[in-house]
Amino acid sequence: MEWRDDGFVLAARRHGESALIVEVLTREHGRHAGLVRGGQSPRRRALLQPGNEVAVTWRARLAEHLGTVECELTRAHAARFLDDPGRLAALASAAALLAIALPEREPHGDIHHSFAALVEALDSAPRWPPRYVAWERDLLAALGFGLDLSRCAVTGATDDLAYVSPRTGRAVSREAGRPYHDKLLVLPDFLYREAAADGAAIAAGLALTGYFLHHHLLLPQGRGLPEARERLAERMRRRNEAGNIPAV
Amino acid sequence: MSELDTLIQLLARLPGLGPRSARRAALHLIKRREGLMMPLAAAMQGAAAAVRPCSQCGNLDTMDPCAICRDPERDATVICVVEDLADLWALERTAAFRGRYHVLGGTLSALDGVGPEDLNISRLITRLGPGMELILALNATVEGQTTAHYIADRAEPTGAKVSRLAQGVPIGGELDYLDEGTLTAALNARRAL
Repeated sequence: MEWRDDGFVLAARRHGESALIVEVLTREHGRHAGLVRGGQSPRRRALLQPGNEVAVTWRARLAEHLGTVECELTRAHAARFLDDPGRLAALASAAALLAIALPEREPHGDIHHSFAALVEALDSAPRWPPRYVAWERDLLAALGFGLDLSRCAVTGATDDLAYVSPRTGRAVSREAGRPYHDKLLVLPDFLYREAAADGAAIAAGLALTGYFLHHHLLLPQGRGLPEARERLAERMRRRNEAGNIPAV
Repeated sequence: MSELDTLIQLLARLPGLGPRSARRAALHLIKRREGLMMPLAAAMQGAAAAVRPCSQCGNLDTMDPCAICRDPERDATVICVVEDLADLWALERTAAFRGRYHVLGGTLSALDGVGPEDLNISRLITRLGPGMELILALNATVEGQTTAHYIADRAEPTGAKVSRLAQGVPIGGELDYLDEGTLTAALNARRAL
C-alpha cells in the first residue's frame, strides 16, 4: 500500500533510539500516523516540527499497519513563530487539539483547509487572536458539535446576542439571558458578526470554545484540554489583564 | 535463567545495544573478567551508591551541591538553563561558559502530558533575582521554545535579565544545504560586521 498527500505535522514522539512516530494532518487521508526511520536525526527533527507543511508518502504492507512515512518539507511554518510566544502558543495549541480530537484516518478536507488558513493567519499579524478563536469554533462545527450562533434560542432575535447556553450550544440574546447570566457562557461579538475583538473578547471566546471542546469533544474520550491549549488561554488572559491586546 | 542470560538481557536494555550486541558485550566482559568486568561492576556499584542529583541545579555528582555549583571561580549571577544533562556536558565541552547551570529534566510537551510541575522550574525561579542573567539554552524546536517562553514569563517578576542562544548558520554550514527555517532565523539574527 502506498499513497502520497499534502499535510501538516501535528506531533512527533520518539520511538526507540532513532525513529519517530509522526502524526500528520493530510488533505485526503485525515489524521494519520506513521513511523519515520531515522527521524531523531537533527536534520529530520527540524522538519518534523508541529505546524510544518510537508509532502507525505506513506507505505505499509497492509492498510491497518502503522506503516512508514517519508516527509519532505514544503514550508517551515514552525521556525517563523519560534520567537513569538503568542503565535507559537497558538500553533502548538491548534496542533495539540487536532492530534487528540480528530479521529484517525478519517478524511477531513475542511479541517485541513481551515488549519492551513489558520497558519497563514498566524503569519499575517495582527488579527490572529480572533482568527484562532474562530478556528476553534469551526473545528467544533466540523466535528459535529457546532454552535448555533445565528439567532437567539429564546426570542429568535438575530442581533444583540450576548450568551451561549452551555447545555445546547445555542445563542441567547442579552435581554433573554439577563436573568441567567451567571449560568450562561459569554458570546463575544466577533464570533457571530463582523466586530472588533479586544483582549476581553478574545479571553471570552477562548473560554466559550474551550468549554465545548472540553465537555463535548474531549471529556467523552476521558481527556481534558491539552496543556498547550491551557497555556494559550492563560497567556491571552494575562495579556488582557496587562492591557497588551489592542482591539483588532 | 542463568546469570549469563540475565547479564545479556540487562545489557540489551542499554541505548545502542540490541540482543546480539549485548551477547557480544557479555562475552567480551567474561573473557576480560579481571581486567574489565570486575572493575566495571565495582564502578557501577560505586556510581549507583554515590551519584545523586544536585539539589540546586539538577546536575549529577557525588557531592551535593555539585562541583559546578560549589566552584567559587564560576559566576553565580549567570545561570544557563538546559533541557538535560547531555546538554550541560555539551556546553561544558566548549569551555566557553563560566557561569552555573540549571537542568530542567525535559521540556513542556502537550503530547506526552509534561507540564510545568513535572519540570525543575520552581527551583529555578527561587535561584533568580535582580542583577542576574538567565540564558535559555533550549532546543530550537516548538517544545523547546514553548518552554523557553514559559520560563521567561515566570522569570520576569524576579528582575533577572533573560537571554537565549542565537540561532542560525552552523560552523562549516553551507547555505545551500540549510533548511528555510534556519536561514530565516539566521537572517533575522544578522549582525553588523
